[in-house]
Amino acid sequence: MAEKKKKLLQGNEACAEGALYAGCRFYAGYPITPSTEVAEMLSVRLPKVGGKFIQMEDEIASIAAAIGGSIAGLKSLTATSGPGFSLKQEGIGFACMAEIPCVIVNVMRGGPSTGFPTGPSQSDVMQAKWGTHGDHPAVTLTPSTVQEILSETVRAFNLAERYRTPVAVLYDEIVGHMREPVVIPDPGELEVVDREGPTCSPEEYLPYDDRYDVPPFAPFKGEYRFHITGLNHKTDGFPTNDPAIIDWGNRKIVDKIEKNRESICENEAVYLDDASIGVFSYGSIGRSARYAVNEVRERGVKAGLLRPLTIWPFPDGAVSEMAENVKAIIVPEMNLGQMIHEVKRVVHGRCEVVGINRVDGEPIHPQQIIDIIERYS
Amino acid sequence: MSTPATAAKKKVPFDYSGYLRAGKLPHIWCPGCGHGIVLKSLLRAIDVSGFTKDQLCMVSGIGCSSRTPGYVDFKTLHTLHGRAFSYATGVKLANPELKVIVASGDGDALAIGGNHFIHTCRRNIDMTILVYTNYIYGMTGGQYSPTTPQGAMATTSRYGNIEPVFDTCELAKASGATFVARGTSYHCQELEKILLAAIKHKGTSVVEIIDQCPTYYGRQNKLRSATEMMEIFEKNGTVSVKQADRLPPEKVEGKLLRGILYQVERPEYCEEYDKLIEKVRGQ
Ligand SMILES: Cc1ncc(C[n+]2csc(CCOP(=O)(O)OP(=O)(O)O)c2C)c(N)n1
Ligand code: SF4
Repeated sequence: MAEKKKKLLQGNEACAEGALYAGCRFYAGYPITPSTEVAEMLSVRLPKVGGKFIQMEDEIASIAAAIGGSIAGLKSLTATSGPGFSLKQEGIGFACMAEIPCVIVNVMRGGPSTGFPTGPSQSDVMQAKWGTHGDHPAVTLTPSTVQEILSETVRAFNLAERYRTPVAVLYDEIVGHMREPVVIPDPGELEVVDREGPTCSPEEYLPYDDRYDVPPFAPFKGEYRFHITGLNHKTDGFPTNDPAIIDWGNRKIVDKIEKNRESICENEAVYLDDASIGVFSYGSIGRSARYAVNEVRERGVKAGLLRPLTIWPFPDGAVSEMAENVKAIIVPEMNLGQMIHEVKRVVHGRCEVVGINRVDGEPIHPQQIIDIIERYS
Repeated sequence: MSTPATAAKKKVPFDYSGYLRAGKLPHIWCPGCGHGIVLKSLLRAIDVSGFTKDQLCMVSGIGCSSRTPGYVDFKTLHTLHGRAFSYATGVKLANPELKVIVASGDGDALAIGGNHFIHTCRRNIDMTILVYTNYIYGMTGGQYSPTTPQGAMATTSRYGNIEPVFDTCELAKASGATFVARGTSYHCQELEKILLAAIKHKGTSVVEIIDQCPTYYGRQNKLRSATEMMEIFEKNGTVSVKQADRLPPEKVEGKLLRGILYQVERPEYCEEYDKLIEKVRGQ
């Protein structure tokens, strides 16, 4: 076999590579540190593959244009950071309600407000779940290496298309700007899911056909004429005030994700089989956690790591299993404690749950994690 | 009922049903609302334009006027308050074969959507924008809008509005729109012709349509009926741009001009993007 193509890439460049690999052909965005390189690279690469790039007037317009691009049939991406992610929330809700696939990348930086634009944080993980108003589905992926940014961006597009829903990819300034050697996958090597179009005639087509969990989506092309709205709607896409239909619509967009939790949730488990102390860690801090666990293992401390690649839906099953076997679960986060609440919910008192938190714009060092592991070993 | 211009010529009643979605009427608009009259002018213009229903895509934001797409048998997208232009930009850029028409209230287009409106005009992306100026926020029950005249009553200007207004057409022109026109629901036959020219124009065409909200603007400002409002604002409050030069200044002063106010040719955004693709692929 030919030698694999390796490239030294920055995290944000790997995101753009992943998007192109997944078949993304539409990007709309507004520049913001530390995500801007995604846009810069796609502005160069997209036209080369016949795709479209547009810099919009703000983030509200960016998510709107990305959703519009997706409705017209192109796989669409928008990338941003903290303040821009807040502005996109209204549009994300629209995509949830109207069931429009799209991918939103948020390269997390310090906040709130303008905060610390050039420093990392993990403080948007709850916003990724609850940022838009109303009950809604959330699918959020948290890669921790540059290679993973590429593969998780591909997976984000796949999930968006498969479930007709917006998918967020959250990483932070550390991996966003880090350069690492990345193996560029050959075509066909990673799974690429394309949107399923309708097989029925335009006359019979129902954009929200209730015979399916995820109804086929006809883009605004050709002969399929139908209505899309952010209002609660019937199977034909037209607004309704009928309580039973409103209930059906609100539940089904959440249920389609809940039902498929098992296939959406992906985790990396390190030494969890015999661990008596667990670490739950995601994104770039997952790297510190892995280092810490390896280090203490050399000294015979039975620590293990659960590193979710999908944080929404939350990996209830994996956390619950870990809670059965360990004395304590340590949750290091570059925020004042966000995912720890989910861990505690699932653990439900079965073991101790201890947070390590940092909001000074510096990463959590492995030694900080080692210190806490040793306290509980 | 008014007689449609084309139907009058053909001496057969214009059949709107070919363009309206079966089973979606009655519409939500109040008796006397101008939005329905505008819809009729629009459908007659579309009929003459030669665009097929499959080619047409109608996008809107939120408001009474933004409910228009729900009634027409095109590809239709009812989005968020003020954001219609941005959704429409995405749709058009991703599929330039579509003819995109945006319906937007004065609040939708000029207040919450103001930034998107000016940048859409600036790009000159091929799209026809209808701004429905009824001087009020209809859907939310009569608050003042960026076009509410100074002194006028609204539920949020109970002592008379103190804010100056936007001139929608000047704003569109200054922002870079390459076709700018104004019509009214009173002059519905003229409006049909303006809309036809706007739809045929390549680039961003903006048509401000003066219409009436008898329910909220009318009642709060002691205008007893829709017809009274149409007389004051539309019939007597405007003058055709074709006549304006010939009329004595006192007959033009203080009136809004009607008709095609501005039209130029400038490169269209999607075509420019296609050229860019060709250029980089040829390298
Ligand atoms: C983000 C947001 N803010 C406010 C509203 C409430 N709202 C709905 S329609 C509307 C104004 C409608 O007025 P206009 O755009 O002039 O259209 P009209 O109803 O008069 O046709 C407002 C403020 C909303 N839907 N979304
Ligand atoms: S409230 Fe005003 S704008 Fe809305 S439908 Fe009634 S008359 Fe028309």
